[in-house]
Amino acid sequence: MKALKTLGYVLALPVLLVLLWWASTLGAVNFFVPTPAALVQKFAQTWFGPRFFSDVLPSIGRLLVGVVAAIAIGVVGGVVIGSVRWLRALLEPTLEFFRAIPPPVLVPVLMLLMGITDSMKIAVIISGCVWPVLLNTIEGVRAVDGVLSDSAHTYGISGWARVRYLVLPSASPQILAGVRQSLSLGLILMVISEMFASSSGLGFTIVQFQRSFAIPEMWSGIVVLGLLGVTMSFIFQWAERNILRWYHGQKEVENAA
Amino acid sequence: MSADALATGGRTTRAGRGRRTGKRAFPGQRLLGLAGILGFLATWELIPRLGLIDAKYLPPASEVVMALVRDLGLTAFWVSVGETMKAWFLGLVLAIVLAVVLGFVIGSSTFLRRATNSTVEFLRPIPSVALIPLAVLLFGVKLESSLMLITYAAFWQVLIQVLYGVADVDMVANNTAKTYGLGPLARIRYVVFPTALPYLMTGVRLAATVALVLAITAELVIGSPGLGREIALAQSGGAISGMYALVLATGLIGVVINALMRLIEKKTLSWHSSVRSEVIL
Repeated sequence: MKALKTLGYVLALPVLLVLLWWASTLGAVNFFVPTPAALVQKFAQTWFGPRFFSDVLPSIGRLLVGVVAAIAIGVVGGVVIGSVRWLRALLEPTLEFFRAIPPPVLVPVLMLLMGITDSMKIAVIISGCVWPVLLNTIEGVRAVDGVLSDSAHTYGISGWARVRYLVLPSASPQILAGVRQSLSLGLILMVISEMFASSSGLGFTIVQFQRSFAIPEMWSGIVVLGLLGVTMSFIFQWAERNILRWYHGQKEVENAA
Repeated sequence: MSADALATGGRTTRAGRGRRTGKRAFPGQRLLGLAGILGFLATWELIPRLGLIDAKYLPPASEVVMALVRDLGLTAFWVSVGETMKAWFLGLVLAIVLAVVLGFVIGSSTFLRRATNSTVEFLRPIPSVALIPLAVLLFGVKLESSLMLITYAAFWQVLIQVLYGVADVDMVANNTAKTYGLGPLARIRYVVFPTALPYLMTGVRLAATVALVLAITAELVIGSPGLGREIALAQSGGAISGMYALVLATGLIGVVINALMRLIEKKTLSWHSSVRSEVIL
């Protein structure tokens, strides 16, 4: 009974919205808004074909490579910069400035430097996604608990072991907050780099549909991007729950006390 | 001078005991930061001068800074800045108003919160750039398409924070207010709103950054008037140092917006313990 009620809460509003959409497109056909049935049909037709391999998979591949590289660079750089105080003071204002640059303006810059290539698109994603991870890692490394740090020092834990067992775990909540930001940024940059300069990929295809007034196809492209965003968000939430299980538990104990 | 020396002395003894004592700046930190910026500019200057990257594609820093200074004296530049800031501000305000109203309505009822949760979680991660084609079809190359993208992106940032904030209301405080005969509106004003305000301000700060990104994106990709379009035009027109100058300008705007939002947050939350404790410690 309880599960049924939860299911009702989860499904009621989406079902209602789809019904509303269906009802409002029932009579006169609006050029801009396809009916749900037409959209589903076009969706299957458009995306479950050769386009899946020629446009969707390469886009997702670039996104993954870019985001993973950005996270790696951000975490490694952040740990190094965060643990050396003069380095942090030296670089922080410059890095803050780079973070403040809206990442999409890097598309024309990198296009100029690297030409319209796959590596340019990956470079766009990396150069946009790296800042939230990098700056959050620096912040997290800096805020390592002083007592823990001193204890580790007393026990002679240093070098890699210190990073692995002290610095990374205590910075991980901050790091993951940065990763969450860069994931959504990465998706945006993937689409923009393809809309701006490309002849393949999701972003390009959707703009192409729009320019040729293939409205239901365009909507189906929007749905693909939405599904991609939702999937990434679910994967991230799952990963965060596993990585930060200890942290959420600790917070609960602290809040209860 | 002597006070400065004293502060330095006090700092070194503190630093000797525990290196990671927190956020306080040490003397010379600003200087070091300035050196970092200068070092970055010097590296930038040297890379094209030494021929590592062709100066045609990456002009030396001095040239770009000069171009930026020249821009600062041009009316056309300030008009584009004005267009970008107008889109940013209107979109942000629209998003905040919508999110606050909806957030308080949804947040104050458990039923609504549970019923909308799945929809919110589904709609939120949809990247707003996915709406670019739709915006172009509906509004064309105009301010409205920028506004649609900016509002969509900024709305979720604020809504989520408001929902958290409203859910965070202390039940004892709320029940006490009820006992003292405060009506629903008065409770929203005196109990719920102050609780949710810190969350709201966090949401607004995040939304301000996102709104700038989307404003520039819309101009860059759709071509609505503003700095983003100028960048695209400069790039395709071969005005390379002009393009880099505009990129620098967007970065400076970003820095100003960040600083402004932090200031507003500090002012509006000056009563809140999270801000007050920073002052006391």
